[in-house]
Amino acid sequence: MRRLLRILVAGSILGALPSQGAELRIGLAADVTSMDPHFLNIAPNINIAWHVFDALTHVDEDARLIPGLAVSWRAVDATTWEFTLRRGVRFHDGAELTAEDVVFSIERTFQVPNGQFRTFTQRIVGKQIVDAHTLRLKTATPYAMVPYDLNSVFIVSRKAATRSGPEDFNSGRAMIGTGAFRFVRFARGDRVELARNDGYWGAKSAWEKVTFRIVPTDPARLAGLLSGELDAIEQVPTADLPRVRRDSRLNIAQKVSWRTIFFYLDQYRDRAPGLADKSGMPLQSNPFRDLRVRHALSKAINRQAIAERLMDGAALPASNLVSPPVFGHAPGLQPEPYDPEGAKRLLAEAGYPDGFAMTLAAPNNRYVNDEQIAQAVAQMFARVRIRARVEALPVNAYLPKGRKGEFAFAMFGWGSFSGDLALRALVATADPEKGFGAFNWSGYSNPRVDELLERAFASVDEKRREALARDAMRLAMRDCAVIPLHHQIATWAMRKPLAYAPRTDEFTFAHHFLAR
Amino acid sequence: MLAVMSLLVFAGVYAVGNPMDILVNPQSDQREMARAAAALGLDRPLLEQYFIFLRHAAAGDLGKSFAFNVPAIGLILERMPATLELATAAMLIAVILGIPLGLWAGLKPGSAAGKSIMAGSILGFSLPTFWVGLMLIMVFSVTLGWLPSAGRGPTANLLGIPVSFLSLEGWRHLILPAANLALFNLALVIRLARAGTREAMLQDYVRFARAKGLTETRIVGVHVLKNVLVPIVTVVGVEFGSVIAFAVVTESIFAWPGMGKLLIDSINVLDRPVIVGYLCIVVTLFVAINFVVDLAYSWLDPRVRLGETGS
Repeated sequence: MRRLLRILVAGSILGALPSQGAELRIGLAADVTSMDPHFLNIAPNINIAWHVFDALTHVDEDARLIPGLAVSWRAVDATTWEFTLRRGVRFHDGAELTAEDVVFSIERTFQVPNGQFRTFTQRIVGKQIVDAHTLRLKTATPYAMVPYDLNSVFIVSRKAATRSGPEDFNSGRAMIGTGAFRFVRFARGDRVELARNDGYWGAKSAWEKVTFRIVPTDPARLAGLLSGELDAIEQVPTADLPRVRRDSRLNIAQKVSWRTIFFYLDQYRDRAPGLADKSGMPLQSNPFRDLRVRHALSKAINRQAIAERLMDGAALPASNLVSPPVFGHAPGLQPEPYDPEGAKRLLAEAGYPDGFAMTLAAPNNRYVNDEQIAQAVAQMFARVRIRARVEALPVNAYLPKGRKGEFAFAMFGWGSFSGDLALRALVATADPEKGFGAFNWSGYSNPRVDELLERAFASVDEKRREALARDAMRLAMRDCAVIPLHHQIATWAMRKPLAYAPRTDEFTFAHHFLAR
Repeated sequence: MLAVMSLLVFAGVYAVGNPMDILVNPQSDQREMARAAAALGLDRPLLEQYFIFLRHAAAGDLGKSFAFNVPAIGLILERMPATLELATAAMLIAVILGIPLGLWAGLKPGSAAGKSIMAGSILGFSLPTFWVGLMLIMVFSVTLGWLPSAGRGPTANLLGIPVSFLSLEGWRHLILPAANLALFNLALVIRLARAGTREAMLQDYVRFARAKGLTETRIVGVHVLKNVLVPIVTVVGVEFGSVIAFAVVTESIFAWPGMGKLLIDSINVLDRPVIVGYLCIVVTLFVAINFVVDLAYSWLDPRVRLGETGS
């Protein structure tokens, strides 16, 4: 009798676990455009690529670098990196992974028409295969980011991918990787189907079959989850968070994302667009060039209120350009406290006791609640006598205008897995030769920040590099080079008993879903 | 016509902005961006870009999609069956339900049924498609759990074209979006059928038919119906084109993998080859549909004969 009971109990526990044929259906929020892992560097494509392929280096849930196909790497000298490959890793077609495949994958990033991944490999000037599992990569100048850059370079099979174009990847012929899942089918605009790779070198997935459904419309994605057609979804709309929390059938997973929302403000022109006095006369000088004005604007924003009410808690007030788990986040900085009186004082000191009028530009379909946030911030500015007119545009019109310098004060969002990379793109003095300041639309320039960044990129010692990156971050933030608003908090929702280990990089990995 | 349209689209996309700014890899530097823009020919003046496009288009090549990296025309044709299937299902619903309801409302305009049919058609006209779609999902998928909320069912090849209406699962996926898309045209067909019926019932030929002793069923089912159909065919034909073009909203809500959704996605990233290709195809479709409508018209109404209209 007792034995029977034990069997029954065991049976019921087993019943709660995913069975052998378990299938997971996930709702993705953005369209996957191609299976080719060396074509566009956009999140939905990369998300799928991470299931079928691996890179030499991976990142963990906190966006920190961990071993992937390489078990270890070291700087042999200032311009040479040596990677030791994991032994016994097999591609889905059974062939063993060797350094040849790695070299082939690096070279392929240059061959894919309009491919965007050469950004991560263009500094590699020499490749030397020491043996089948050891590879040396040389750079022209000391460059610390090689292991980070290689996190973005997926390793494809040389045998399967030689002379293959995007169609070969979309059809599956060249979709031979070392990842946790084998490719089954890609129906553009609809779904991607995967099957478990039983020979995977890492922890095996609990799911025999995975289907990613592409459902960009927020209510439809949530409806799919509620009606049981989907087991899990990413990017739960913030307005629906309370409802999802109340639903006893659902679990929620949240994590601070690497995406930081901030305002950039024109600091390079004497007269910037959209700036006027209260009577509508264009301002003769650009107030944003005065640190006191930038500081005042930062003080005028009630970040806590935005995070709690507008974002339903799905945001963390920001003091940095990168979120707390990320490399190079300066821990000492605090989000600027809401202080309208202090802001008014600073504005008066700067010579604007009556404030001024400005245009606050924001996209209306890019970041979570972007337009509402802009409206809220404009009202907060009104309290310190600054009259801000919100100009909200769809992202396809917004970004080109931003690049052309048509905004003096505008919302922007950035995701990066290291602080020095974010600073390099957003606040470093624009210099095409060095690749600095490619998105520095503020026109902020501080030789001290530039120098710290250059030293950071040249130092192969991680500790030293992080200290330099933090110094540069503190300096730029003290200058209010940009005004950080918040870090988004990424949200996943799933049917019980599923659980997800949420990720700072916002990726939705089927193999990280567990049946609790 | 195609040339004018493509020039307009070219200029329009150019006015919105440079596709490079949206598609760019955020980690890339200035040199890399310049190289990428040059590779796509986006660094050249607008007119030069347009003439390069025309030269390739003359050879049947509308260019490769910036976002998908495959030929734009193939991308659109791949999505076309899904949209045509949805649009056809929607039109069938509109016609099959709309004509009998409209006839009924036209024959018995004062009855409770006739009045409620007309009230329903007003709703069909005035409710926004987007909202109705979400309500359909809420009621039939989330609350009742009868039908799936999104996507297309499994497809099977029919004459080489992937279709989903051959399986039960396919129908389960098709019914909600098709009903959503049909709503406006259902209302339209009801109105037309009712007006046509009321007008026809007063005509002399109906009186003659009655005097001849024909049954009411035959009078309505054959003689009245044929006259009612003339305006309906015209409108349905024209509307079929717009249903294809406006399937965008329904396709977005129900994640239906059709060309409308492709167009919206492409506009969002300023994927010009796809936008131009889509519009070329839709313009061609419109012309073809109008041609078919003209043929049908002449068949239904003996007074209209092609070739004799000039006399």
